[in-house]
Amino acid sequence: MLEAIVFWTLGAVAVAAGAAVFKVDSMARATYALAVSFVAVGLALLLVDLHYVGLVTVLMMVMEMAIMAVYMVMFMGMNPALMPMSMVHGRRTALVVSVGTFLLLAAGALLVPWPSRRDAPPVDVTAALGEALMGSKMLVMITVSPVMLATIVAGIVLAAPRTRYDRFGDDLRGHPADDPQPGGVGRR
Amino acid sequence: MPEPTVVEVSAAWAPPAALLLLTLAWAGACLDGLLGPAPGQGRVRALRRPLTETARLLRQPRRTLVGADVMLWRIGGAGLVLVALLMVAVVPLGRWTLADLSVGIVWFNALDVVVWALVWLAGWGPNAVHSLVGGYRFLAQALAYELPLMFALTSPAVAAGSLRVADVVAAQHTVWFVVWMPVAFVVYCLAVAGFSVWGPLSPAAGADIAGGVLSEASGPDRLLLLGGRYALLAAGAAFAVPLFLGGGAGPLLPGWAWVLVKTVLLLAALVAVRHRLPTLRPDRFVEVGWMVLLPLVLLQVLFVSVIVVGGS
Amino acid sequence: MTLQAVLLVAAALFSVGLYGALSQQVVVMVMMGLELMINAVILAAGGFWWFLAPAADGQVLLLVVIAAMTVEMAMGFAVATLLHRHGAGDMTDMAADLSR
Repeated sequence: MLEAIVFWTLGAVAVAAGAAVFKVDSMARATYALAVSFVAVGLALLLVDLHYVGLVTVLMMVMEMAIMAVYMVMFMGMNPALMPMSMVHGRRTALVVSVGTFLLLAAGALLVPWPSRRDAPPVDVTAALGEALMGSKMLVMITVSPVMLATIVAGIVLAAPRTRYDRFGDDLRGHPADDPQPGGVGRR
Repeated sequence: MPEPTVVEVSAAWAPPAALLLLTLAWAGACLDGLLGPAPGQGRVRALRRPLTETARLLRQPRRTLVGADVMLWRIGGAGLVLVALLMVAVVPLGRWTLADLSVGIVWFNALDVVVWALVWLAGWGPNAVHSLVGGYRFLAQALAYELPLMFALTSPAVAAGSLRVADVVAAQHTVWFVVWMPVAFVVYCLAVAGFSVWGPLSPAAGADIAGGVLSEASGPDRLLLLGGRYALLAAGAAFAVPLFLGGGAGPLLPGWAWVLVKTVLLLAALVAVRHRLPTLRPDRFVEVGWMVLLPLVLLQVLFVSVIVVGGS
Repeated sequence: MTLQAVLLVAAALFSVGLYGALSQQVVVMVMMGLELMINAVILAAGGFWWFLAPAADGQVLLLVVIAAMTVEMAMGFAVATLLHRHGAGDMTDMAADLSR
């Protein structure tokens, strides 16, 4: 009973915060509304015994939102003063589509005859996850790591304004680097 | 390995635990005042300074700023103490703990990431340039110490084979982890200074930006921000005890007394660091964090893993 | 707390995210909509895991979804930075100007 109340509260907070992302007036509030939504989902995962995954969700999402707030402010240029902003296109279509999707999914959730539970959950869920990651699902982790590396490289390539040749000169020998905003300890 | 005997007490013990944490934070503030008294101030007056400052700040009227995002500002300020309280909920005081989570180490990690958001909000809220600069400095520096901190927290978990704090304590019954994981311990202490905006990692509250995130805070909000820093230091010191310093292990005194003694000693060391080390610039510290600390702490985890696999 | 309850909340989150992804003009706001949709997927996956097949292996899918979300965010923000720098603004409608 208590569990159901906690879950519905967290669910309501998550959906309300998600809706608030597109309603509030300042970028910082939008970003942190999204963070609240994620934290609510992470805590809801704690209710279904997914302790590690739930806490990792909270951890990663708060970190991501903190950095994302910087980017939001950078791109949208909002000062903390709350200015009304509503930049949408095709609002009515989007509303119709999203309400239609919700009705479809809700109908599916309520009407589909879900199968019964297959086995009992492991006694130590976290230890079982660790064993699965290192044992049967090791290939998944091995595949994820070059994807992450590729993401890092691609992100830097896309976002960095100055290439190696801009920074070190045409023969790559001009140390320390020629940056408009110097950083690091000045080694190279 | 003996069975970890940690008893989870009821939530009614949470207020006394909060009081204990705040007392430790107070002690840290007293020590800080003692080590660095204002010019012309005697020892006794320096010791009384936390009390006088608290009284002054409680009565001080709040500063109102044009266009400030008051809700976010208050959340940023008040959240630090709350995060510190949540952090110590998983620390076992001898045999008793408030929350015997199976993933206590990840809980602590998640909370110290929440501090990122809170300090930035405290910098963004006032709509003032110095506090905004402070908030951004904190994020830049936090990116540098966070990954080393995560691996420094992984090290005891690997050695104990569990993310539960009680298991980590039980795994130290032969030798404390600080003995064979010194790199992880040092990185952890540095990161505690980092998320408490303290000492070498306090450019977010630096004097060169008029106090940074502290510049526009006044009244009870300032009290919560300043107190939050000491509370986070105390919480970080308290969490290091089960993780690296053997928990309640020790000769004469009972377990809970040893936890308190070790926490106080580590807290005193962390507070004293402020008066010994200069503040590091975030753009310089970033290179140190990624190029020096991260490889070192990864080697530390490798070393621990080799020992654990070899020993089993 | 039943599977239907979890899925209802997840459906609501998904729809809110879909509204955002479809209606917002600014690239980063579209990405926030996508984030909400993946949030919903994480919640639904957790619900399915617990109520239908709580084997240890199932949690790995959740971690993969979180990793996918991270990749999407990183790429999206890198592209937004690039768009911004090349003066096409941060509106999705103007991104076509990049081809000129």
